[in-house]
Amino acid sequence: MSNETSHVHSSTVSVPHETHHEVHHGHHHETFLTKYVFSQDHKTIAKQFLITGMFWALLGGLFSVIFRLQLGFPDAKFPWMEALLGEWAKGGQLQAEAYYALVTMHGTVLVFFVLTAGLSGTFSNFLIPLQVGARDMASPFMNMLSYWFFFIASVVMLSSLFVQTGPFSGGWTAYPPLSALGEASPGSKVGMDLWLVSMALFVVSSLLGGLNYIATVLNMRTKGMSMTRMPLTIWAFFFTAVLGVLSFPVLFSGFILLIFDRHFGTSFYLSDIYINGQALPNEGGSAILYQHLFWFLGHPEVYIILLPAMGMASEILSVNSRKPIFGYMAMIGSLFAITILAFLVWAHHMFVTGLNPFLGAFFVLLTLLIAVPSAIKVFNWLTTIWRGNIRFTPAMLFALGFVSLFISGGLTGIFLGNSALDIQLHDTYFVIAHFHIVMGVASMFGMFAGIYHWYPKMYGRYLNNTLGYIHFWITMVGAYLIFWPMHYEGLAGMPRRYYKYDIWESFKQFGELNKFISIVAIIVFLVQILFIFNFFYSIWKGRKVTTQNPWGANTLEWTTPINPGHGNWDGEIPEVHRWAYDYGKDGQDHIAQTVPVGANESKH
Amino acid sequence: MTTTTYLIIAAAVLVFIVIFQIAKASEYVSVLKGEETSRKQNNRINGFMLLGFMIVGFIAVYYCNKLLYKTTLFPQGSASVEGEKFDEMFMITTAVTGLVFVITQFLLFFFAWKYQEKEGRKAFYFPHNNKLELVWTVVPAIFLTVLVVFGLRFWFRITSDAPKGALEVEIVGKQFGWMMRYPGKDKIFGKTYFRVISDANSNPFGQIFEDNEELKLKADPTNFDDVVTTQTMYIVKGRPVKLIIGSRDVIHDVGLNHFRLKMDAVPGIPTTLWFTPKYTTKEMKERTGNPNFVYEIACDQMCGNGHYSMKGIIEVVTQEEFDIWMAKQKPNYYLAFPDKDPSAIKPAADSTAAVTAADKNAVAINK
Repeated sequence: MSNETSHVHSSTVSVPHETHHEVHHGHHHETFLTKYVFSQDHKTIAKQFLITGMFWALLGGLFSVIFRLQLGFPDAKFPWMEALLGEWAKGGQLQAEAYYALVTMHGTVLVFFVLTAGLSGTFSNFLIPLQVGARDMASPFMNMLSYWFFFIASVVMLSSLFVQTGPFSGGWTAYPPLSALGEASPGSKVGMDLWLVSMALFVVSSLLGGLNYIATVLNMRTKGMSMTRMPLTIWAFFFTAVLGVLSFPVLFSGFILLIFDRHFGTSFYLSDIYINGQALPNEGGSAILYQHLFWFLGHPEVYIILLPAMGMASEILSVNSRKPIFGYMAMIGSLFAITILAFLVWAHHMFVTGLNPFLGAFFVLLTLLIAVPSAIKVFNWLTTIWRGNIRFTPAMLFALGFVSLFISGGLTGIFLGNSALDIQLHDTYFVIAHFHIVMGVASMFGMFAGIYHWYPKMYGRYLNNTLGYIHFWITMVGAYLIFWPMHYEGLAGMPRRYYKYDIWESFKQFGELNKFISIVAIIVFLVQILFIFNFFYSIWKGRKVTTQNPWGANTLEWTTPINPGHGNWDGEIPEVHRWAYDYGKDGQDHIAQTVPVGANESKH
Repeated sequence: MTTTTYLIIAAAVLVFIVIFQIAKASEYVSVLKGEETSRKQNNRINGFMLLGFMIVGFIAVYYCNKLLYKTTLFPQGSASVEGEKFDEMFMITTAVTGLVFVITQFLLFFFAWKYQEKEGRKAFYFPHNNKLELVWTVVPAIFLTVLVVFGLRFWFRITSDAPKGALEVEIVGKQFGWMMRYPGKDKIFGKTYFRVISDANSNPFGQIFEDNEELKLKADPTNFDDVVTTQTMYIVKGRPVKLIIGSRDVIHDVGLNHFRLKMDAVPGIPTTLWFTPKYTTKEMKERTGNPNFVYEIACDQMCGNGHYSMKGIIEVVTQEEFDIWMAKQKPNYYLAFPDKDPSAIKPAADSTAAVTAADKNAVAINK
C-alpha cells in the first residue's frame, strides 16, 4: 500500500532546517537545569510527563483505596486513617465530606492528569518526533511550556487538598449549581476555585501540547514519510491532538462562565434557587447549559484517552505478532470516524436531564454508530494476531489485555448509548463498570504496553521481565474481578457516589461483594507500586540494551542510537521508503522503513 | 497506629522484597540460559496462561451470574407496565452483545495461544482483505440498526405525553430529601414562585397564596386545595402516574429503580416522567419475599455531602386506600394559614366534612 510508489533514494538531499540543527547539535552547553528541568528535548519532556503522571496515578489510586475501604468496610475503624487525614477521618472513620472529596479528586486526577497528560503527553511527545523522523517538536519551547503549565496545574490541584474547607467534592464533572454555590457544599468554596484554576492551566497545557503535535506530524515528517506510511501510533496521536484542540476550548468557556457565576453575580447556570433558607437573586440561567459545554469536551475526552492506547496497541500487536497490522487503511479510517463521531455524541451523557426526546434520538443513533468503527478495530486486531508468530513480551500481554478489556467495556456501551436502557442504568454502578473497563483500565493497559515496549528507547535499559509478567497477570485478573461484578450492582439500581448503602433496602445486599471488590482493589494497587518500583529501579539497574533494535521493529525510533541525544540521530535523518508494517514479507522477518523497495519485492 | 497495622505493613514489605528478589534472580538465570531460550520459555508459560485465563474467565462469568443474578432487579420483574419493555430490551441487547463477547474473547485468547512463537512457524503476510473488512463493517451496522430501532420505539413511548386521567404528582428535591405536592380537588397545581418559599411558614414549594406587591404576584386560588407531603409519595396501582419533577437548590435525580426509570430534578427547569405501577407495595413484599420491601426513590445525581442519604419512599396502594389516605390530608394552605382552616373554626363538624369531601374527590377521580 505504501511501497508501490516509486522512489528515488538520494542521501545527499537534506532539508535545510536539518543542517541547521546539525550545526548546533553537540555544541549545546547543557547544564543540569537545561538538561533535566527546563529541557526542550521532547524525550525528556515525555519522561517529565510520564513521571508526573505516575505520581498522580499513585495518589489517585491511593484515593480510591481509601474510599474503597469506606465502601467495603463501612463500619470498621482505621486509626491510621485518622493519623493520615485528621479531621477527615475522625475516630478512624472516613467522613462523608472526605469521601466525596476523594471520589472527586480520583476522577479528576485520573481522567485529566494521568490518562490525558500522563498518556498522550508522554507518548505523543516521545514517539511523534522519533517515529516521523524529526529532530524535535515543531516548537520545543512551547513543548516545554506545555509541561510546565501541567506542572503548575498539578501544584494548584495538590494545594487544594490542604485548604480548610477541603478540595472540590461535587464529582469530577462539576455540575452547577452544586459547583457554583459555596452554600451547597464545603468543597464548593475555595476548593472549587483552586480546581477551576488548575483545570484552566491544564487546558492551556493541553492546547500548547496539542498544537505542537499537529504541527509536527503535518510539517516535520522526514523524506519519504507520507501520511499513509506513518505508523498507526502517530495517526492515533494526531487525531487525539485534533480532538483536544477542538474541544478543550469549549470546556474552558464553560469554566469561565462558572467562574462568573461564582464570583461576579451572573446567572448563566443559576435559576430559581432557594438554599439555606434563602432565595438567591439569580433567574433565567440553565444548569443544563454547563452540561452541554462540559460534555462537548467530556465525550471527546474519552477518545483523547483511548485513541493513544489504540494506536500503541496496534503497533505492539503487529510487532510482536511478526505480522503487518491488518487493514491499515481501515484502521486509519476508523480512527477518523471515531474522531468525527466523538464530537456528535456528547448529549448521550444527558438523556435523563429532560433533554428533548427527539433530539435524544439522534444522539442514540450517532452513539451506537461509534460501535461500527470500534468493531472494525477489534476484528482487525484479531486478524492481526491470527496466524502470527507471537512473542509474549510484557508489552504484548498488555496490548492483548487492552483488546480484551476494550471488547468487554465497549459492549456495555451499547447498553448505555441506547437511551431506552440508559434511563434505568444511568448513574448506577453499571456505568462505573463500563467506563472503568473501557476507558480507565483499557487505556491504562495501553499505557503500560507503551511503557514496557518503549522503555528500552527511553532509558537504554529493560524493565525486569518477571516483575512485568507478575504486574500484568495480577492487574488483568484484578481488573476483571473488581469491575465485572459491579455490573450486577448496577442492575440492582445501586447508584454511584454513595458514601454508604446501609439505609437502603434496595442496595444493602451487596455488603459482602463490596468487601471483596475493595480487597481486590487494594491488591491491584499494591502491584502497581511494584511496577513503579520496577520502573525506577530499572532506570539505573535494569539490564542494558545491547542492540539497536531489540524488538525487531520497522519504525524509525529503532534506527537511532541506543541512547539518543537531543536531535535523535547522530548523522542525517533517515529517509523512509515503505510503510511501517512489512513483517514476514517475502520470507523476511522484518523490513525496516528505511530499506528501499527491492526490484523483485512482491506487492500487496 | 496499632501493632496490627505495623504487622501488615511489615508483611507487605516482606512480600515485596521476596517478589523482587525472585524477579532479580530469574533475570540472572535468563541471562545465563541465553535470551533466546528464556524468551521461548516465557512464551510457552504465558501462552498457556492466556488460554487458561480464557477458560477460567468464562467459567467465572457463568458463576458470577449464577451468584449475583438474584441480587438484581430482574427476578422480581418490572414494577411498572412500561418497565417490562426495558427488561425485554435489556435481554435482547445482552443476547446480542453476549454473543459478540464470547466469540471475540474466544478468538483473541485462542489465537494468542495457538499462534505463539514456535520453531519453524512463519507469520502469514496478510495486510488487508477488502471483502473481509466489508463484512465486519456491515454486520455490526445491521445489528446496531435493529437495536436502535427497538430502543427508539420504546424511548418515544416512555417520553411521550402521559395518558389522560393520569394521577399527577409534583416531586421536588432539596438537599437532602424529597417533597411532593398533589393538585387537590380541582386537579390544578397552583402557581409557585421560588422567592415566596418559606419552610418556617409551611410553604416549602413557594405556593402563591397571597398577593405580593413587591414581587408583583397575584394569589392563585387553585393553590388552596393543593396537598403537600414529604418523603413518602402515594400512588395508585394500575393507574398511570405523571411526575412533575423539580429542584429547589442543586440538581437531583428521581431514581425509580423498581419502575425502571429515572429523571433529573433541575432547578428552574421542570421535567416529567410517567409510568403505570403494576404491584402495590404489599404485593411486592410477597413477590420479593422481603417483609421490609419498600419502593425507594434514590437520588441519582451527586448533590452534596448528604447525597447518599437522600431517600424517598413510594407507597403503591389501591384506589380505595389512596382515597382514604387522601381524605386524611389537609391542604397545605391550612397549614400555612391555620386561621383559615374550616376545621379549626368549626371543630365539631370536621371529620364528617372531610370524609364527604374526600368521597366526592374519589368519585371525581374514578370518572
